[in-house]
Amino acid sequence: MNLMMLLEMASSSFGDRVAVTNAGRSLTYGGLFRAAGRAAAIVEAAGVERVAMLDVSSLAVPVALFGSAWSGRPFAPLNYRLTADEVERLASQIAPALLITDAERAPALSKIDGIQVVVRDEWLSEVTADGSHDGSDPSTEWPMDPEEIAILLFTSGTTGAPKAAVLRHKHIVSYILGSVEFMGAADDDAALMSVPPYHIAGMAAIASSVYSGRRIVQLPNFKAEDWVSLARAEAVTNAFVVPTMLSRIVEELEAARSTGADVALPSLRAISYGGGKMPQPVIEKAMRFFPSTDFTNAYGLTETSSTISVLTPDDHREAAGSGDDAVRRRLISVGRPLPGLEVRILDEDGKAVDPGERGEICVRGEQVSGEYLGRGSLLSEDGWFATRDGGSMDAEGYLFVEGRIDDVIVRGGENLSPGEIEDVLLDHEAVSDAAVVGIPDEQWGEGVAAAVVLKRGATASVEDLQKWVKDHLRSSRVPQVIAFRDELPYNETGKLLRRVVRAELSGD
Amino acid sequence: MAQLKAGSRLKSAVCDTEVMVVKAPGGEVDLRCGGAPMVDLGGDVPGGLSLSDDAAEGTQMGKRYVDEGESLELLCTKPGKGSLGAGDALLAVKGAKPLPSSD
Repeated sequence: MNLMMLLEMASSSFGDRVAVTNAGRSLTYGGLFRAAGRAAAIVEAAGVERVAMLDVSSLAVPVALFGSAWSGRPFAPLNYRLTADEVERLASQIAPALLITDAERAPALSKIDGIQVVVRDEWLSEVTADGSHDGSDPSTEWPMDPEEIAILLFTSGTTGAPKAAVLRHKHIVSYILGSVEFMGAADDDAALMSVPPYHIAGMAAIASSVYSGRRIVQLPNFKAEDWVSLARAEAVTNAFVVPTMLSRIVEELEAARSTGADVALPSLRAISYGGGKMPQPVIEKAMRFFPSTDFTNAYGLTETSSTISVLTPDDHREAAGSGDDAVRRRLISVGRPLPGLEVRILDEDGKAVDPGERGEICVRGEQVSGEYLGRGSLLSEDGWFATRDGGSMDAEGYLFVEGRIDDVIVRGGENLSPGEIEDVLLDHEAVSDAAVVGIPDEQWGEGVAAAVVLKRGATASVEDLQKWVKDHLRSSRVPQVIAFRDELPYNETGKLLRRVVRAELSGD
Repeated sequence: MAQLKAGSRLKSAVCDTEVMVVKAPGGEVDLRCGGAPMVDLGGDVPGGLSLSDDAAEGTQMGKRYVDEGESLELLCTKPGKGSLGAGDALLAVKGAKPLPSSD
């Protein structure tokens, strides 16, 4: 079992189809297959144990992913916002490694012990030019041991040393076989990929697009206006975005519409989103803006090889059109688990809770890794992975994610979920975004604080919002501090940086 | 009869079919294609075998094939004229579960 098999099947069935496009350059499935073979030969010749990449999206990303798989080496895409110093700290975990990067970063990175640096453009020319690499035949058989490591993804690691999640070939191949139909894409399908390669969604998109035969259109640095023009120019049919991207795309199109510009994206059939909590007003607005586009919410973690549950397009339409509050609320759920996966919610004693009750989301299935490099597996004896995400599941099996358990506010012995308070704040007509965090409090241990962004032109006072929360939730949940902000801090993949909000509101 | 391992690849002795083992049962399996025992992908094909009419419905690229209890699962990585079977029992195509694209 090896990722390469997915590409081999694509190459032998539709080798002339374009697999990936970036700024006018393309690779077919056949071309990608041959390039992966040459890449594998280079990796083998280099005598390294791993392949790393510190770079934005380019044609080199899928080549490096599959070339690594062909050579039997793990592929480690690194965050390109890391400094050379930070990369050096990761290097001890991946050396000896071949590191693909851009010409600018190459000199500094070459000084790191155990790292052989290659410059992306030169490497890409070498692996994509037919017959250029003498003696380039890689061992024709890639390893088929399902236990081999396919991908290492470093978590952001806000405290302590960053850790690398281990995804083995069996995890990714199970995920793809379980969720993607081989050659399921139409000839003209094209997926706009704007998440970076070091994000699990970026890796999963390559594998699933290759297996379905859907062309990938890469957008290396997300900007809403570039996204819109690329979607139009490449007649993009599918796109994956994180919530902040969707919010910016809709704002961009609204601004364009107000000037009388054409804002239609007629090819865009489906938008999927994930990677962070989607505020209900944002998805409702996006659905109004793209009435004929299918929306899918995908929830997953790096440690689960991407998606474990989906809120389908039909779920979106049913929820948005429902007069029943319980059904309408599903718009902020992450839908139901994928077939073949089991999800349950456990309380602090490890006992399953009743529908609607809160607890920790746990998942079991063949795509679930739950393993970190050098630390072993975190799966329970019977295969369950505790996600550290808190949430609940309703009687119909819809899963609601409330956020990281580590973010729970413990106020006077009572556990408060920031997500629950944020949802109420977001329901206020003047609020466009909200983040709730715990701050030190002498009396209660922790107190509730909120950073709030108001909609353009809207007004609300601290007292108004406190009363609003008090009218909807128990009084212990009313933020004692509310600070207004122009925007909230998010990282580039749409995750709210709670620690930044917490530091600000704690007066650190 | 052979002990199968997840990840191993086999080919038909009587048609173009190739498969990868996705899931293998604990015991040995008499894995056949087109009525004849399958061989390792790199192995020699014994002579004198022909496609059996009872196992000639063909295999489809990218489809998963399972036995009745779904303890055995194969992925067709190259299609051919034979049908896959465990002993005399033909394997069935695993029901497709259409999912919206999520990444």
